Amino acid sequence: MTLKSWKELPIGCVVSDPGSASEYHTGSWRSQRPIWDDAKCIKCGICYIFCPEGCVQQSEDGFFKANMDYCKGCGICAHECWPRAIKMLEEG
Amino acid sequence: MNIVENFDLYAPRLINKKELLSSGHRACSGCAEVLAVRLMCKALGENTVIASATGCMEIVSSMFPTTAWEVPWIHVAFENAAAVASGVEAGLKALRRKGKIDDRYVKVVGMAGDGGTMDIGFQALSGAMERGHDMIFVCFDNEAYMNTGIQRSSGTPMGASTTTAPAGKVSSGQKTWKKNMPEIMVAHNVPYVATACPSYPLDFIRKIEKAKSIKGPSYIHCFSVCPTGWRSPSHTAVSMGRLAVETGVFPLFEVENGHYRLSPDMPKQLKPIKDYFKSQGRFRHLTADEIESIQEKVTSEYRKLTEKARFLKTGNA
Amino acid sequence: MGKRVGLEVTVAVAEAVALCRIDMAGVYPITPQSHIAEHLSTLVADGKLDAEFVTVESEHSAMSAVIGSSGAGARSYTATSSQGLMLMHELLPIASAMRLPITMAIANRAVSGPLNILNDHSDIMPQRDAGWIVVFAENGQEAIDLSIQAFKIAEHKDVMLPVSVNIDGFQLTHMVEPVEMPTQEEVDQFLPPFVPHATLHPARPVTMGAFAMSDYFTEIMKAKDEAVKNSKKVILEVWDEWEKMFDRSYKPVETYQADDADVLLLTMGSMGETAQLAIDELRAKGVKAGLVKLRLWRPFPFAEIKAVVKNAKKLIVTDRAVSFGGPGGPVFSEIKSALYAETQRPTIYNYIYGLGGRDVTVHDFVGMFEKIIADTGNVAADTYVFWGVRE
Repeated sequence: MTLKSWKELPIGCVVSDPGSASEYHTGSWRSQRPIWDDAKCIKCGICYIFCPEGCVQQSEDGFFKANMDYCKGCGICAHECWPRAIKMLEEG
Repeated sequence: MNIVENFDLYAPRLINKKELLSSGHRACSGCAEVLAVRLMCKALGENTVIASATGCMEIVSSMFPTTAWEVPWIHVAFENAAAVASGVEAGLKALRRKGKIDDRYVKVVGMAGDGGTMDIGFQALSGAMERGHDMIFVCFDNEAYMNTGIQRSSGTPMGASTTTAPAGKVSSGQKTWKKNMPEIMVAHNVPYVATACPSYPLDFIRKIEKAKSIKGPSYIHCFSVCPTGWRSPSHTAVSMGRLAVETGVFPLFEVENGHYRLSPDMPKQLKPIKDYFKSQGRFRHLTADEIESIQEKVTSEYRKLTEKARFLKTGNA
Repeated sequence: MGKRVGLEVTVAVAEAVALCRIDMAGVYPITPQSHIAEHLSTLVADGKLDAEFVTVESEHSAMSAVIGSSGAGARSYTATSSQGLMLMHELLPIASAMRLPITMAIANRAVSGPLNILNDHSDIMPQRDAGWIVVFAENGQEAIDLSIQAFKIAEHKDVMLPVSVNIDGFQLTHMVEPVEMPTQEEVDQFLPPFVPHATLHPARPVTMGAFAMSDYFTEIMKAKDEAVKNSKKVILEVWDEWEKMFDRSYKPVETYQADDADVLLLTMGSMGETAQLAIDELRAKGVKAGLVKLRLWRPFPFAEIKAVVKNAKKLIVTDRAVSFGGPGGPVFSEIKSALYAETQRPTIYNYIYGLGGRDVTVHDFVGMFEKIIADTGNVAADTYVFWGVRE
């Protein structure tokens, strides 16, 4: 991203682009990734609720997956998934 | 299957799907505080203005020239979130009355960590609550100054090791009991005070919605597990919060117009606090005797709370 | 035309602020400012001013609340003094960095310790680098006029900066003076509605007060510096407009008998009127004495200062604050650095006086002139002297 000159700064440094932090991909922090076993998934959505990144999304078929651009690999989803449908896999 | 699992079955269907705190925020991996903020935003919805104190949630969400916020948000300084929120509330109130902005109802929310609420922000919060502004103040309590490097605050629990109250050869960490902030807020006679924890998302969301529906000041004290500061594994951030509740270390309750009510999530029988302490590095140095004395305090405090819930319940005051 | 009335200056200022149809005021009581807060709240209580009056629990919260309110898009006002201003100190550069056009009256009072409730300028001087526009009033009429102008300057789209109007505590705030109070129609004509550059409202969600690291901090400081410097153009325009409408002139630097003066005295604030009498007395004796009154402290009026002092032989700069172990009083330091590169400039002397409410009379100013005129090296130029201190 090109850095702005002082003349290009918004007045008062007001940021008027809501949610623009998503330009930054926190997925690079990850040392392990969640893998869903849809056969065990009961589509309860607990992984979606407890994701601190808000990066777990439900697909049209009702199953869940994490957006790897943002998943930091904390493992909360796997730990909280009571049908044990999520496993954490070390990043290679 | 425990009660939490039962709730979990339908939880997502009850939750506002819109994310008002975007991904890309820089919170630590497994941060339960940012999870709590995310859930709070879902409960608040779009017609909200947030005034944030300096702290973890402020720096991780607002790296100029970007922002994770999708609701109007202002950060000014560390100790004044409640004062800024009261100004926003007063300003919006006047503008709405004078017809200078559209007539929609906007809820103003102040937020801070435990330091920004219980220590440096205490006066501004007390003032704002006493003045009766139509606002919610949410304390995200991770029990130390995490943003500056895990220094002790008045929210740090007895015995926890922090960088300014470390465990050492002649010290067992924090030497003082955690300040009872919810009770101090109850003493302000505000219409609504509640404790919450993101490990109980539906309870938390319901409490935020309740606070939102109240015209006047309300206070929510949200227990926010910090894996970095507590030296606990990041994947346990949610289960650790649950243990804090199940052991009575952080009971979930609400006080509406002086009437106490324990949350239905509270177990009939509390678990021993050692279950909660054992996987946290900050408590690792404690001896069995020390844990026992903390257990006694937790038990007696919880008994006091249950007594209040029994004698100061709705319709019994 | 406005009515000529006799009012205590604080009350007159509150009346003037009410004429500006503020939306919100957050003020904490402190002597000698409190009458502004009291009168504003009375106007609200009587339904004469449609505004939220927030009875904050400290000046820190007063400034915090007006920052929040101004961020929400409301015309917001506060007033303070001394310790209250010191408590606000942390927030002043934040208000200006966020480019929030807050206006504030400062009833100038000595800063503790020891505790003292009376007038000097030790409260405003530590706020010099906060990025606010700072003006000084000499009398009640000016306090009113500057208070109204402050909103127009602050809210101008090319400015968007907070403004403080400095009014000497007690010596000015508590005087009952005959003043011409503009009418509501006149103020409405002069002052357009506030159009904020951004607001805290869900109609268009914005983030205010974002966190900036070294990749942006320098650019942000540069942008703020340019904003403060450029505000002068608007300040001059607004003062011109005011003069056309109300026939009262305001300049960044004003003078009295200065054109042909050999020795000039420089004052700020209410001392100007007393000093003027001293000039008359000296002129009557044939002394070519003149007076320079500095009205605009920030942005500092370099060109104007240079122009008015260049023909004098000696310049006595008076300060009502001390920079302990420093180069002299704060005003002296600024004037000296402003003139450093000038080939034609007077010798500059510095008297620190009128501290903590110490009376300053015509006699004192005459004494300063006599001492400096007679000086052949005994009163060191380039250093400062406490006037009237008991040895």
